[in-house]
Amino acid sequence: MALAGLGLLLFLLPLAGLVVRAPWGQVGQELLAPQTATALGLSIFCSVTATAIALVLGIPLALVLSRTTGTLRSVLRALTTLPMVLPPVVGGVALLLAFGRRGLIGAPLYQLFGVQIPFTTTAAVIAETFVAMPFLVIAIEGGLRSLDQRYEEAARALGANSWKVFARVTLPLLRPAIFSGAVLCWARALGEFGATITFAGNLPGRTQTVPLAVYIALESKPEAAIVLSLVLLAVSLAILIGLRDRWLGEP
Amino acid sequence: MTVFAAASLQPAFDKIAAQIHVDATFNYAGTQTLTAQLTQGAEADVFASADKTQMKTLLDAGLIAGAPEVFAHNRLEIAVAKGNPKGIHSLADLARPGLVVVLADPSVPAGKYAQQALAKANVTVHPASLEPQVTGVLSKVALGEADAGIVYVSDVVTSQKVQGVPIPDSQNVVADYPIAALKNAQHNSNAAAFIAFVLAPDGQSILKAAGFEPA
Repeated sequence: MALAGLGLLLFLLPLAGLVVRAPWGQVGQELLAPQTATALGLSIFCSVTATAIALVLGIPLALVLSRTTGTLRSVLRALTTLPMVLPPVVGGVALLLAFGRRGLIGAPLYQLFGVQIPFTTTAAVIAETFVAMPFLVIAIEGGLRSLDQRYEEAARALGANSWKVFARVTLPLLRPAIFSGAVLCWARALGEFGATITFAGNLPGRTQTVPLAVYIALESKPEAAIVLSLVLLAVSLAILIGLRDRWLGEP
Repeated sequence: MTVFAAASLQPAFDKIAAQIHVDATFNYAGTQTLTAQLTQGAEADVFASADKTQMKTLLDAGLIAGAPEVFAHNRLEIAVAKGNPKGIHSLADLARPGLVVVLADPSVPAGKYAQQALAKANVTVHPASLEPQVTGVLSKVALGEADAGIVYVSDVVTSQKVQGVPIPDSQNVVADYPIAALKNAQHNSNAAAFIAFVLAPDGQSILKAAGFEPA
């Protein structure tokens, strides 16, 4: 019990610190400050776009993962979950080496078309997708594996083609898993810092999302940093409470 | 002993640490980060800052023991890729359209100095990124992602991957690096010995080799 309490304290104390030190009288003013509003807007745009891309790419990936077995599955699964355990800064460096001006894909893109990805909003979206998509894939794969396949079989027996089975039977059954996966993915994208600052840099209005703004402001305007941190905290808490055990607890 | 030192000092201080045989731990970061950590109660014995303003913040907070001493100076330089493929010869060239220029964020000394230098040269630059540490500027140029960045002369001297384009004195900014022991230091004698070494000829020649100008 004592250890459990200590564990809980470790989580609660930093949060309490934020709440106690928050300049409550200035919250409205700090939130409306142009730099804060810009960072918030950019953060919402980037995290929503990253989640949309993760849905488009992640659902098929989860389908493939759930239908493979053995070594192939272990390898695919390890590759998919790698960004979850990789330090995000390392992820950022890896993204530079792939999409940077001298990167694997970035170099031909730059030489042939003059396209430069680093330091753009696109880079911020790519960084967030890279780091956050695994959360979506894992949630949906879990949903697929616990799916009762008899519904799909029945639909097939009734003459539905594979696309129709997927769209009319599988997807609706998967709705809770897709929803919780998308929300977790979005929350992770919203909080992304390391890969973004390494790969996309830090420029207000273009790549400076809320976590980056917090980091920069901490050194010059601590009040603004605390207010922005509170916003992120409130959003994350609301998401976790909203999801509750029934979705997070699913295998 | 714990030394909090500006990120730009790392190459020089690592060499000094190897010579003085004192068990020292170094925390290198943007001076602004270090100041924030110290004012929030981080324990350290020595603070070496990349500008006087940050040192004054700690002095005013009553955290510094004795009077800080300036132990080195640094100047700014434009960092470009080896061979200077984009033909950058002055601050004015940084305003050229299509050039990817990276600066340090104005909240850190290197970024503040860069802004002062650009103002003196009457040049407006649209940076691709404002890095939270001067080392971030250097690495973006070294990786080839940025065409140019404004860094310290010492950064160019110790980096193998970039080339420096000098900025004339009339446009340049001289950064003063003050050092001091902290009031809550746990290892007073080691702190004093470290500061003395940095100020002595041996320490000064290491700093000079790392691209700093002696005090």
